[in-house]
Amino acid sequence: MSRAEAERRVSPLWTLGLFRSELLTTFRRWRTLALLGVLAAVPVLIGVAVRIETGDGSSAGGGGGEGPAFISQITNNGLFLVFTGLAATLPFFLPMAIGVVAGDSLAGEASAGTLRYLLVAPAGRTRLLLTKYATVMAFCLVATLVVAVSALLVGALLFPLGDLTTISGTRISFGEGLVRALLIALVVAASLTGVAALGLFVSTLTNSGIAAMATTVGLLITVQILDQIPQLHALHPYLFPHYWLSFADLMREPVHWDDLTKNLGLQALYAAVFGSAAWARFTSKDVTA
Amino acid sequence: MGEASAGEPDGAHAGDAVVATRALTKRYRGGQLAVDGLHLTVPEGSVFGFLGPNGSGKTTTIRMLMGLIEPTSGTAHVLGRPMPRSARAVLPHVGALIEGPALYGFLSGRDNLLRYDAADPTADPRTRSARVAAALDRVGLTAAAGKKAKAYSLGMKQRLGLAAALLQPRRLLVLDEPTNGLDPQGMREIRTLIRALASDGTTVFLSSHLLDEIEQVCTHAAVMARGRLITQGPVAELSAGARGRLVVTTPDPADAARVLKEQGVADVVVADDRVTGEAPERDLAEVNAALVTAGVRVRGFGVERASLEEAFVALTGEGFDVAG
Repeated sequence: MSRAEAERRVSPLWTLGLFRSELLTTFRRWRTLALLGVLAAVPVLIGVAVRIETGDGSSAGGGGGEGPAFISQITNNGLFLVFTGLAATLPFFLPMAIGVVAGDSLAGEASAGTLRYLLVAPAGRTRLLLTKYATVMAFCLVATLVVAVSALLVGALLFPLGDLTTISGTRISFGEGLVRALLIALVVAASLTGVAALGLFVSTLTNSGIAAMATTVGLLITVQILDQIPQLHALHPYLFPHYWLSFADLMREPVHWDDLTKNLGLQALYAAVFGSAAWARFTSKDVTA
Repeated sequence: MGEASAGEPDGAHAGDAVVATRALTKRYRGGQLAVDGLHLTVPEGSVFGFLGPNGSGKTTTIRMLMGLIEPTSGTAHVLGRPMPRSARAVLPHVGALIEGPALYGFLSGRDNLLRYDAADPTADPRTRSARVAAALDRVGLTAAAGKKAKAYSLGMKQRLGLAAALLQPRRLLVLDEPTNGLDPQGMREIRTLIRALASDGTTVFLSSHLLDEIEQVCTHAAVMARGRLITQGPVAELSAGARGRLVVTTPDPADAARVLKEQGVADVVVADDRVTGEAPERDLAEVNAALVTAGVRVRGFGVERASLEEAFVALTGEGFDVAG
């Protein structure tokens, strides 16, 4: 063994090669690109709809608080389309896309049989799991940014840009508005880490990628429904989507941090619990696929 | 290493053997005993044939050796280190093709290899593309390297799987049915490749259901049936274990059979002009002389060596493709 070992001077940085390969592999799939395409289309639809609706000078949403947050302000400032786009995609489109990518991450490799070759390579089970989770998180960020950038472009094309009014009624410059938009996109991406960990855990339980995706998305829908049932009030603070829409508090002056920190704490909790469960399961399971 | 080798059934040291298992057992959750107390020793530098009917526990054994499955009891040492505990130290020196190739259909052949190579933390990224090109060339896939893997034929996929096992210089190659899906020309190429690798000093652990393939390529072999190891050793000894048969071709079969029985040949069978029997211990020249003296006209006289297939049937008491 000494002969062969001496030949291979191993750099610790090489271990990151798997993460790079994983990113390339994920973002080269047509499925990933299709998901991102759908996400990019949502702000376009909202923007065009609002533009058509308000073509006669009336204000969107009829002032009755209908539709996603901020929708009535889009006509005054295109930047609000970023917030509306995120508010519209966060409940289902974004987490569904994450559920597909996270659910498929390990189960998909198992059903294709490539998991055994990655492990024999040897990728290392913990390293592979961390790589998968990091890639799903990267996808969360990219997916959120796709919505935000698409919304910003459509907003700039269809509506005027300029200084904007916060929820609290104060005026902030367009530049600061952009910073807030970026901050909101980051918070939205972070809001998805809980569902990403859940999807990864489900992915360790089965050898069928389709089953893992369907289970994750099914769980998401179930939790979203539970979150709407008033009788389950006591349960709500522990459901991962409960504080998702708290990102709007970043548009207050001063910013309300209460629900934002609750949201991030809850996501960290979900990531820790389901991340550990995924690790316990994946490092001990017999790979028979 | 450093473990006592006393009491080991075949007297081999874990350090000499590339693969050494002791009482290796796997019982699946359903209670099914897939591998039962396996003592397997693969000598360094050998081409080791791993034989057994479908369902005899070969694949479960290979998966335990590769750290994919945790044994229920017993130990497995690969390259002198315990598996699955030392997987990260051992597996970079092992190339494997397990239960057929598995590829990313949406990636090209070359990108598949780049990905598998990136999964190995000991693989140098600076030499990656050169090593991938060399591996593709070795299995004859250079021309098809840019095609998406989903467009590959089964034989091409098999070659790409082999290429993945050859990305680094290996000390051990584990090849599960490597010629599956290949045409005769491809099979010959793969056998040539295996011989070339073995002559470079790589130990090859080859499972196959093609007995003549094992006979042509392997120096050693082991036979499994119903989760148990039935025999292992050099291929020549295994087929010698089933004794050859004396074959006499003659236009006087009845007389020949009578003389052979007189000469102490057991189990004499007459079929047209062929008379066969168990070869006796004594000098066959005397048997031939006795035939000629008795006026039997002899066209042909000789001993047919038992093939590995006959040895296998004798050992397992069943045809090769019968599930255990």
